Amino acid sequence: MGELIRFERVTCRYGAEPVLSEVDLSVPAGGFLGVVGPSGSGKTTLLRAVTGAIRPVAGRIVRPSGPVTIGYVPQVETVNWFFPVTVRQAVLMARIDSRRLPWASRAEIREACGVLERLGLGSLAGRHIRELSGGQQQRVFVARALLGRPQLLLLDEPTSGVDVRTRHEVIHLLHELHHEGLAILLTTHDLNGIAAHLPQLVCLNREVVATGSPREVLTPEVLERTYGAPMEVLTHGGMPVVVEAGPGVRLSPERRHHEHPEGHGRPA
Amino acid sequence: MDALLEPFGLGLFRHGLAVAALAGALCGLLGVYVVLRGMSYIGHGMSHAIFGGAVVSYVTKVNFYAGAGAWGFLSALMINRVARRRTIGADAAIGVVTTASFAAGLALISRFRSYTRNFEAALFGNVLGVTPADVAVVAAVAGFAAAVVFFFYRPLLFTTFDPEVAEASGVPTARIDALFSLTLAAAIVATMNVLGVTLVAAALVVPAVVARMLTDSFSRMLGLSVLIGGLSGFVGMYLSWFLNISSGASIVLVEAALFVAAYLVTGARRRLPSRAIDLG
Repeated sequence: MGELIRFERVTCRYGAEPVLSEVDLSVPAGGFLGVVGPSGSGKTTLLRAVTGAIRPVAGRIVRPSGPVTIGYVPQVETVNWFFPVTVRQAVLMARIDSRRLPWASRAEIREACGVLERLGLGSLAGRHIRELSGGQQQRVFVARALLGRPQLLLLDEPTSGVDVRTRHEVIHLLHELHHEGLAILLTTHDLNGIAAHLPQLVCLNREVVATGSPREVLTPEVLERTYGAPMEVLTHGGMPVVVEAGPGVRLSPERRHHEHPEGHGRPA
Repeated sequence: MDALLEPFGLGLFRHGLAVAALAGALCGLLGVYVVLRGMSYIGHGMSHAIFGGAVVSYVTKVNFYAGAGAWGFLSALMINRVARRRTIGADAAIGVVTTASFAAGLALISRFRSYTRNFEAALFGNVLGVTPADVAVVAAVAGFAAAVVFFFYRPLLFTTFDPEVAEASGVPTARIDALFSLTLAAAIVATMNVLGVTLVAAALVVPAVVARMLTDSFSRMLGLSVLIGGLSGFVGMYLSWFLNISSGASIVLVEAALFVAAYLVTGARRRLPSRAIDLG
């Protein structure tokens, strides 16, 4: 599988302190990677470096197969929900190169409607973006990214602040897109709901702590190095389940990697 | 009836009506982007900054439009640049750059007092004092702004809605911002003699805000804002004849009245149960 993007010892900083330090990372064509780490670990900066919004002060970002078309789905918290756009108008923003005229062509409208239908938003095209549920809002921005026909889809915390059902919808949709060959790179705080379901994870805390499948990297040792806090990892139905220490929850060293106990403590 | 049509018999007044309607429509058009970018204060700030440029061009005997326009464009670029620093917000950047520029203008006025009269029109507006050349300049800038909005509609919309994603999607956001700043500076310079430094800000913000209250669609907001701005210019100018008040103030008061009406209507609509709205 060819590489779309490769980070070679990339360092990025906003002020004096580096936000990313000597990061090596490879995003293959058709790959599906999740980046996990605590707040301030450089997850969003990593996505911004991929888009070119921030330039490395050291190292380089290589695109071995040439320029990469990127679809970017921002955190929904950053969206101005009072901006006067309907779902269709928001999605059509992705078509910036096709023509100069303000209004969309029939072909563009057909294509936008096709993407909206596919994501289950067909009947909502004329609604204002504020009038949608959390999951529908997230899908609008995925639809906008898809309309730009990207090779690589970037998602910043796609399930932040959404309920369990919406989270399932989002992860299901992303797996579908991945199976169709789209490369996906996302950041998430959600170790159990999202990260454990991805094929490949990168544990980041300004530098790459570990890379591998969830089974390989969701271990107490790696998580403690990534988050700086002790965590217990259980296994349920073959999947790792992370439990973090909290008030009233004490993690015993001998139980740190245990097969299918009854859940206790608080999932991370 | 004759009394109502009386002002239309005067060539000077007809000029004034045309330029007031054009200036209102122009400010209404650009005001949509100003309001949606959360930079409503920029109209106020830029008009003050450009006042500094106007004084400099009078003192150095440079053409008013060229001098004030270049000054305004540079101020807008500096605001954009300062605002991009994360530690300084756009409002603070506007405050610093524009008040410094205004202060430079005041300093020059106090040094060269013979120019004081020329600046009264710039400060408070004088529609009846506009020359055919001024009308042509407002029309040309309105045409330029309309062309910019038409041909850059998509990148302008994307950059206004979500600059970071727009940049990631290949929109040259820095160049789009610079183009918008240039257009805004040109619009403020062109309308300054009509509306006055102190009232340009209101003409930029109020029509767009009224339009926003009436629609949830961006394209409709653009059209409504132009219509409200143009109509307010025309009606305000016309009323100023009968009320014998400053035309700039009259135009802005008409816009303010429309704002109050829209506020009350949309507020009442929200309070009504949805069935009543459907029936009504």
